[in-house]
Amino acid sequence: MFSFKPDRSQYPEPGPDGKLEIDLETGKYLKLWHGPNHPGITGNMSVELTVCGDEVVDGKTHVGYLHRGFEKLMERRTFIQVFPIVCRVCVPEPDFNEYCYAAAVEELADIDVPEMANWIRTLILEMGRFNSYMMAMGGISGALGLGVVGQWMTYTRDLMLDRFEELTGARIYHMFILPGGVRAHLPEGFEARMEEVLQTAEKYLADAEKLMFHSSVFKTRTKGVGYIDPALFERYGVTGPNARAGGVAKDVRKDSPYLVYDQLEFTVHTETESDIYARTLVRYKDLQETIQLIRQILRKMPKTGEVMSNLPNVLHWKIPRGETYIKGESSRGEYGYYLVTDGTGYPRRINVRGPSYTHAMALLEHLIPGTNISDVAALMVSLHTYPPEIER
Amino acid sequence: MSLRDVLSPFTAWKHVIDTPVTIQDPFNREAADRYRGFHQNDMDKCIGCGSCEEICQNDAIDMVPVEGQNAGPGDSGLRPMIDYGRCCWCALCVDVCMTGSLTMSNEYTWVDSDPDAFRFIPGVDGKSWDLEPKGYQREDTRRLTGTTRAPMGEMEPEARIGNFDEIVDGFTREQAVIEADRCVECGLCVATCPAHMDIPDYISKVRDGDYEGGLQILYETNPFSQACGRICTHKCETTCAAMHEGDAIAIRWLKRDITDNVPRERYFDLIQKPDVPETGQKIAVIGAGPAGLTTAYDLARKGHKVVVFEALDKPGGMMRYGIPEYRLPYDVLDHEISVIESMGVEIRCNMRVGHEISMQQLEKAYDAVVLSIGLHQGRSTRVPGSEKAEAAIDLLRRITAGEEVPVPEQVAVIGGGNVAMDIARSMARLQKVKYDKVGVTITALEELDRFLADAEEIKEAQEEGCVIYPARGPQEITLEGENVTGLRTWKVKAIFDDEGRFAPKYDEADEMVHPAQMVVEAIGQMSDISLLGAELTEKLEWNRGRIMIDADGQTSEAWLWAAGDVTSGPDVIHAVADGHRVARSVGKMLATKREKLQ
Ligand SMILES: Cc1cc2nc3c(=O)[nH]c(=O)nc-3n(C[C@H](O)[C@H](O)[C@H](O)COP(=O)(O)OP(=O)(O)OC[C@H]3O[C@@H](n4cnc5c(N)ncnc54)[C@H](O)[C@@H]3O)c2cc1C
Ligand code: SF4
Ligand code: SF4
Ligand code: SF4
Repeated sequence: MFSFKPDRSQYPEPGPDGKLEIDLETGKYLKLWHGPNHPGITGNMSVELTVCGDEVVDGKTHVGYLHRGFEKLMERRTFIQVFPIVCRVCVPEPDFNEYCYAAAVEELADIDVPEMANWIRTLILEMGRFNSYMMAMGGISGALGLGVVGQWMTYTRDLMLDRFEELTGARIYHMFILPGGVRAHLPEGFEARMEEVLQTAEKYLADAEKLMFHSSVFKTRTKGVGYIDPALFERYGVTGPNARAGGVAKDVRKDSPYLVYDQLEFTVHTETESDIYARTLVRYKDLQETIQLIRQILRKMPKTGEVMSNLPNVLHWKIPRGETYIKGESSRGEYGYYLVTDGTGYPRRINVRGPSYTHAMALLEHLIPGTNISDVAALMVSLHTYPPEIER
Repeated sequence: MSLRDVLSPFTAWKHVIDTPVTIQDPFNREAADRYRGFHQNDMDKCIGCGSCEEICQNDAIDMVPVEGQNAGPGDSGLRPMIDYGRCCWCALCVDVCMTGSLTMSNEYTWVDSDPDAFRFIPGVDGKSWDLEPKGYQREDTRRLTGTTRAPMGEMEPEARIGNFDEIVDGFTREQAVIEADRCVECGLCVATCPAHMDIPDYISKVRDGDYEGGLQILYETNPFSQACGRICTHKCETTCAAMHEGDAIAIRWLKRDITDNVPRERYFDLIQKPDVPETGQKIAVIGAGPAGLTTAYDLARKGHKVVVFEALDKPGGMMRYGIPEYRLPYDVLDHEISVIESMGVEIRCNMRVGHEISMQQLEKAYDAVVLSIGLHQGRSTRVPGSEKAEAAIDLLRRITAGEEVPVPEQVAVIGGGNVAMDIARSMARLQKVKYDKVGVTITALEELDRFLADAEEIKEAQEEGCVIYPARGPQEITLEGENVTGLRTWKVKAIFDDEGRFAPKYDEADEMVHPAQMVVEAIGQMSDISLLGAELTEKLEWNRGRIMIDADGQTSEAWLWAAGDVTSGPDVIHAVADGHRVARSVGKMLATKREKLQ
């Protein structure tokens, strides 16, 4: 309908080294700080844009606004004391940290986890994925000016937080997956209350679908925008929905099943266009899959059983020398914990592999040049990144 | 682009008529039942062990003294104060709490203009949620510290009854690690231990497998660690933090584990006499029991010359001549004493003070004299025929000394304490060897659950064939001519009168005669103070038949101290503690004396 061709005659030329020669003195360019306090930025990071007209010619990602040095902090904590910290590495989907850390410790300390706990852990992770996708859906709509979807998603996420609250005792930082199992059984009547939430979610999602995937505005602003060449996936470590939207059916839950995923049926959805639209659609479908998975888990899980195995006295728990990498499929792609132990009561090294690290820094920088200023927010949100996991 | 794509977004308008989903009044929204809100602490249950403080990774907890909560056995008197500026509501403190006293309410809204209000002592500083039953509690089966004691191997009754071999195996490495792991290092037991042994520290050495380091810690406070690792009355275990929601830590067995795991010859390298100059001052210690030998050990390590005078053939006191070999093997005791001797302590056996040498001689020849003669005279019931009874400690001494003791087919023991069990079980062993059967009857005034003996001792005695008649008072030792034929008892109705004085009442209709060719009295011991002589006895101050001492163990005579059973008791570890106390006091006096001479 509308088409606008900017005059590119004034644009910078790449120099002999292939890099753009941007001379701010010419007055052609403007530096624009996108973030850290900007609604179009996910979390506390910023992108330093160089714009020429309304087109972005260069972007530099800046992190460090949030740095709390988690990994270093963990080296100064006993193994049990690390437990309350890890969730804070990722606010919207904290449970992955709890799971990966617990599983890493369990592997190195040779601790068995009761079956029941594995089911509850899987349930928690899917509930977390639900919330994270809700935020992503709301976020992308918000970034494109579709505030109402953001509100619906926030509301449904809040309902899920109620379930988190009754199951884990907290809404955001659940601190529920202890090494050795989980803290408690499902509360009485939990399944029915969860079903209500899922039905409400489905209702709003059906509406959201109309507003997003069947909206001319949304389509215009997302289709063909923010294209990631699948050839770059390997180089930039692209995983999760970002890769699946480019036709790569990668999902750790399927590729190397953990917890009880081998006992669950679910589809790994892919698209081929690798643009904002495709990425959002993959998330939307995966969210439906998550709703289905939560139902499936509640149906299939055992009704009784221990949720926690015996731990050694955690106050002076030493773990033999070893190292391991535990990974899982978070809503944003492969999430992993690399844990090194040296036989003392403290982790020697913990490294958190958050997908945002690759997606929000290097990849975003690569994708930005050539976009329109108004697309930067959508592009960034479409990568679904959470800065805290960059600055672990 | 289809028309549908233009129109469908307008479907959102249907929500215009929805009721708002926002909660109007979040202050009255109740949190979930398990919500981790502000803490509650049950002051009656909390023991101030500080495990909550230890686990908190935010340093949000400080253990602070609280008015009305006094330190006492098994309670530090401290209580956790929580700083909600630091707390992250992880509830690890609740999970680790050793008594289950600490819980969380589901209260999450609280407004106060004073920031300091958010640092308070739950359970002390009253809050509206103190009695709120809802809120986070750990699931019943979940503990962050072990609750079950590692099993200890023991000889089966059939195997042990025919000999005096040691019954208890000692921990395997695996068992020791499990047991040592359970300790939360709160130190409550240290306060209870009369010698204030550094229990959590040596337990941590067991965990780390550093037995030599552990041994050095043991010897800092107890030169009878090997003996105590076997026969200590382990009062420490009655105040252990772990006992509230599980078994107390087997502190005694862990101590033994250390001493068993250091090769004997290594003791002499690990526990060496400190490099101190000789003072030239001399101390005489009377009695080579744990009290006397501990005093000697401490003083010798300070460079003094110590001579121990012992009436009997071998040193060790009641540890050798009272406690049977199946509980404390002689070679363990011999080795223990040889470590003490390696400090330069001279032990002169078969030197009964009052016979071979007099108190006056000692007073003259030594700078200080320590009286630690224990209680070596049995008390008698004085019932008719009791002149024919045997005293338990005499018999035990003779058994140890290898003397011939009469072993009749039937023995009746009067007394319900540990000494009674020791003699009953010793006689049972001798009977088993001689007759291949056991015929021992134990009678005591108390009901079985009030016996003074340890529950283990009672159980093991019964396993070995001793028959216990509780609540029976001795009336007569029946005789036929010179020979004992039995023990006549009445049923006890009450032991004490209304004022709590000892005045047993009997049901005379309920009479029994326990046939026996030997009756043993095991109802208590007293000191043989004849060694003091009339003059000194007269000079000393007394308190109800016991020599009066000051807080440092010094008698009213400037040169004489007293320690151990002779003044207080009742067990080896108290004797050790007493020995240290007296050694400190004597050392101080000697130092003053040296200074004056210079
Ligand atoms: C049968 C029995 C079982 C016991 N079981 C335990 C137990 O399991 N655990 C525990 O902790 N405690 C036990 N005790 C108590 C413990 O043995 C004593 O509390 C402890 O030995 C007291 O130490 P002591 O040094 O004061 O006296 P003792 O150990 O009695 O030593 C006193 C020494 O002084 C000597 N002596 C006395 N008079 C003279 C003199 N005139 N001249 C020279 N030497 C003299 C004695 O021969 C003796 O060697 C038991 C006691 C008995 C009797
Ligand atoms: S752990 Fe429990 S019992 Fe120990 S001090 Fe803390 S609240 Fe009290
Ligand atoms: S809840 Fe966690 S952070 Fe708060 S006081 Fe307890 S252990 Fe510390
Ligand atoms: S033995 Fe018991 S009382 Fe002593 S430090 Fe360990 S847990 Fe605390």
